[in-house]
Amino acid sequence: MSPLRRSMLFLPGSNAAMLSTAFIYHADSIMFDLEDAVALREKDSARLLVFNALQHPMYQQIETVVRINPLNTPFGLLDLEAAVRGGADVIRLPKTDTPEDIDELEGHLVRIERECGREVGSTRVMAAIESATGVINAVAIARSTPRLIGIALAAFDYVMDMQTERGDGTELFYARCAVLHAARAARIDAFDVVWSDVNDEAGFLREVELIRKMGFNGKSLINPRQIDLLHNAYAPTQLEVDHARRVTEAAKEGERNGLGVVSLNGKMVDAPIIEHAQRLLERAAASGLRR
Amino acid sequence: MNIVREALAGTQESSDLMVKVAPAANELEIIINSEVIRQFGEQIRQVVDETLRTLNVRAGLIIIQDKGALDCVIRARLQSAILRATHEPSIDWRIMQ
Repeated sequence: MSPLRRSMLFLPGSNAAMLSTAFIYHADSIMFDLEDAVALREKDSARLLVFNALQHPMYQQIETVVRINPLNTPFGLLDLEAAVRGGADVIRLPKTDTPEDIDELEGHLVRIERECGREVGSTRVMAAIESATGVINAVAIARSTPRLIGIALAAFDYVMDMQTERGDGTELFYARCAVLHAARAARIDAFDVVWSDVNDEAGFLREVELIRKMGFNGKSLINPRQIDLLHNAYAPTQLEVDHARRVTEAAKEGERNGLGVVSLNGKMVDAPIIEHAQRLLERAAASGLRR
Repeated sequence: MNIVREALAGTQESSDLMVKVAPAANELEIIINSEVIRQFGEQIRQVVDETLRTLNVRAGLIIIQDKGALDCVIRARLQSAILRATHEPSIDWRIMQ
């Protein structure tokens, strides 16, 4: 089972206080942002702040992601040097439009890993898709490198590109489906967009329920207050766990009796149902039950 | 590295620090002000000395106004201020680690 990646908390790379305390919120991943959250004149300082924070013991037990600036800016490659040498687990490449964007990143990663003595291939990658072109190329992007742990949809640039605006989710319908299918076909994770109105918890939870049902692994977050809400919404209920246990027991019973398919309360239990039940129990063990 | 101009890095916010550096001839002067100087003064000084040593800074005026920053933040802000104050065209990452 891949690690839980329900919550990825964005932290501005230039904010020393947030970098010093973010580990206490227990997000599944911490995402240090060197791109949009950092002013142009602080790019150099934020890069060094993230480079040093990554090496601190507080970030050794949590998955660390660094969102670098695009490689076609003066900052992208410097960000990448700092993130890889600092020990980031994952690089988030913004504005990924084509698999060639990932190829370019891959070339730099191999060189930097060799130079700093890091195992080649140990730096993982997440592609952020932020345009119509990126959505169209999602399958090729998702299959572009074994380093890829997932693809993330980023809404702000995407809706701009689509000449629309954020609303009830209709504007993201196709992109969410396309990104999710690309991720699943490539056997990698899929991450949904940020919910920017931190005071609208009801709206946040509606969106979380939608993306959970669609099959997204999780969501990028911009405020620690959203972490617990998200984790709880993703946790299985007691009823689901009870049912999953009955399914796995029925499956074991069927196996003992040499049956490939068994019946539970009049419903067929076959391999996909059993696999779903096992995954749900694993998730419950990792995340606890929904309150 | 040679400090050839004045430079600043950091903020005055809690958990951060402000670093000011300026050129000085043949002398390295370090002034540290901190809210936690009694508890962590020695440790801060140690981080500052070590960072300046790895950057090979041998002369300059370094003024630090600390607001309870972690060691990694002190190191980062000091590195930023020094790099802003030098003519180095690129970062030698081997000495930053």
